[in-house]
Amino acid sequence: MGISIDKEKCTGCGNCTSTCLFGLIEVVDEKACIKEAGCTLCGACRDACVFEAIRIETEIAKTLLGDEYKGVWVFAEQRNSEIKSVSYELLSKGRELANTLKTELCAVCFGYNIKNIEQLTAFGANKVYVIDDPAFANQSEDQYVLELVRLIKQYKPEIVLAGATPFGRSFFPRVAAILKTGLTADCTGLDIDTEKHLLRQTRPTFGGNVMATIICPAKRPQMSTVRPRVFKKNPPDATRKSQFIKVDFNKEAITSKTRLLNFVADLTEKVKLEDADIIIAGGRGLGKPENFNLIRDLASVLEAAVGSSRPPVDEGWIPYYHQVGQTGKTVCPKLYIAVGISGAVQHLAGMQTADCIIAINDDPNAPIFQVATYGIVGDLFKVVPLLTEKLKGG
Amino acid sequence: MNIIVCLKQVPSTTEVKIDPKTNTLIRQGIKSIVNPLDSYALEESVRLKERYGSRVTAISMGPPQATEMLRDAISSGADDAILLSDIAFAGSDTLATSTTLAKAIVKIKNYDLVICGRQTLDGDTGQVGPEIAEMLGIPFIAYVNKIEEIANGKLRVQRMVEDGYETIETSLPAVITVVKEINVPRMPSLRGLTKAKSAQIPTWTTQEINAEKETVGQAGSATWVVKVFYPQRVQLAEMLKGDPETQAKALVEKLREAKLI
Ligand SMILES: Cc1cc2nc3c(=O)[nH]c(=O)nc-3n(C[C@H](O)[C@H](O)[C@H](O)COP(=O)(O)OP(=O)(O)OC[C@H]3O[C@@H](n4cnc5c(N)ncnc54)[C@H](O)[C@@H]3O)c2cc1C
Ligand SMILES: Nc1ncnc2c1ncn2[C@@H]1O[C@H](COP(=O)(O)O)[C@@H](O)[C@H]1O
Repeated sequence: MGISIDKEKCTGCGNCTSTCLFGLIEVVDEKACIKEAGCTLCGACRDACVFEAIRIETEIAKTLLGDEYKGVWVFAEQRNSEIKSVSYELLSKGRELANTLKTELCAVCFGYNIKNIEQLTAFGANKVYVIDDPAFANQSEDQYVLELVRLIKQYKPEIVLAGATPFGRSFFPRVAAILKTGLTADCTGLDIDTEKHLLRQTRPTFGGNVMATIICPAKRPQMSTVRPRVFKKNPPDATRKSQFIKVDFNKEAITSKTRLLNFVADLTEKVKLEDADIIIAGGRGLGKPENFNLIRDLASVLEAAVGSSRPPVDEGWIPYYHQVGQTGKTVCPKLYIAVGISGAVQHLAGMQTADCIIAINDDPNAPIFQVATYGIVGDLFKVVPLLTEKLKGG
Repeated sequence: MNIIVCLKQVPSTTEVKIDPKTNTLIRQGIKSIVNPLDSYALEESVRLKERYGSRVTAISMGPPQATEMLRDAISSGADDAILLSDIAFAGSDTLATSTTLAKAIVKIKNYDLVICGRQTLDGDTGQVGPEIAEMLGIPFIAYVNKIEEIANGKLRVQRMVEDGYETIETSLPAVITVVKEINVPRMPSLRGLTKAKSAQIPTWTTQEINAEKETVGQAGSATWVVKVFYPQRVQLAEMLKGDPETQAKALVEKLREAKLI
């Protein structure tokens, strides 16, 4: 099994060594050698070898899947009775996938007093499975896991998607583990390989430096969490019809292994970074904590959220939850204004998928200009106040 | 009390750069480091040890080089370390990784708490922690930012959710993942360094953890990577020239045009 190098074909050119993300290839005696432990069989070296000397055996005997698994499902997350925007994004994408597969699209929604549940139909669901019950008022993960697993076992969908929200990324892996199936995290691209009838899931890894396309060939359902704000919402169609299915569950059987004792809302953030349409972010270029007021003033005119690169957080100028990047938050707003931020890869990892990026920096060679839509080379202390003033003026 | 902490060795991504000409990775001098978020998991285990007198075992699945990282874990306060390494583990996705780690945890047998980092730098999935919990069939709590108390077989923690903080209680054994806010990792101590030097770090293979060959590595993986590519960064900014006044004006116009404001 695994990966092998055809010693006849290998010329020892070393092209493959630099493609290995894990540095596991060495040229010894003019032949490439792979340290297999640690290898993820990603295929980057195989694709780089012009002599076709690298082979990866992927012909694992497929369990017979048959066609008993049908339909695309979207787990529609709600919090405090409000259905999340990512649920509609997923339904819009799910509609497209279901059409390609010529199958149905279903939404699954658990909660209590869920508002505007008919929207799930308007965004494309043919069927909606609902639990609306006080027992599901708090997002109690144990119950969500149990009920979703039960529904999947009963109805056998071929694809199940959820938002890559904090909740989704915590509870969805447990569902996949119980079902012993694959789960691809934090996808930014989904499409169907029509020939093989498989879902192709694309996601960033290595802090956004590398993209990987992943399939789940022999296990069902194929599951992914999808990053919010990546897929566009279709316009809702209120005339659509769907079938509403109230899911019965055995109230007595509900036993949560964890108990929520208390919840304290975090009121420090006026506009949440993850949900913001506009983000104004400041970096080390601001020089000192007080200067974040320049950012805050601009943000309040645009009703935007305030972001930061890492140095201001490390210096204690602004709390950690404002940090954008590899070790901070991943955001995807419509507009991202980076002020005094150089654009290190770790920062870009958290914001480069924004629709429109503005960079304001006094160094014309700053890497941030490589991802920006519009760039202003200039002194932030002059440009930003002028910008705020002009926007205030209407 | 026995604590198991899961650590992964990852390439330090600070140095991962793409050569724009050949569109391949520049790997020169990439170091391997402990996954940064796992160092918080290790630190928290050691703090619990100081608070409750527990024993801390660090485990890692990875290539033989990962022994060095485990040695560092001992110098930072872990009591024991075990490396899970076998050619059969190659090609593991999160399902196979968590199966392997769970099997090892079962073999360690006496454990009360398993601590993982929130996510890794390279895999970046955050799935291994919750999957281990289900494999072991024990409670799971993600995003823990404070361990309030462990008493009478119960664990009480504070964890971060998107709009605030929850206090949650569960019975032990359990699996938790921790976030950066939980602590500030310490530097290795002199005593730890001495201890680490002579520490025996056993390597367990498929056989030692009693795993079926079909459940680990690529054979046990549900997902396969079919393509790896580098995102193109061709977009070059349209530069707004002139004095600050002109620049600010031009930007406002552009934003209005694009209906962004
Ligand atoms: C493991 C790891 C994880 C990391 N995670 C993150 C992360 O999540 N997020 C993150 O942001 N970073 C992260 N970093 C740090 C990252 O590598 C960079 O150090 C950081 O992003 C740089 O921040 P900066 O752009 O604000 O500062 P600098 O790189 O110092 O850039 C400041 C910029 O401001 C400009 N400037 C200065 N004065 C002015 C002025 N008056 N007018 C206009 N421009 C001015 C300068 O020209 C410069 O380009 C991480 C690093 C590591 C090793
Ligand atoms: N190979 C591994 N060895 C030990 N622990 C791991 C390994 N992979 C993942 N983990 C643990 O699981 C967490 C989440 O990893 P991931 O799902 O890859 O983002 C990490 O922070 C580690 O604590």
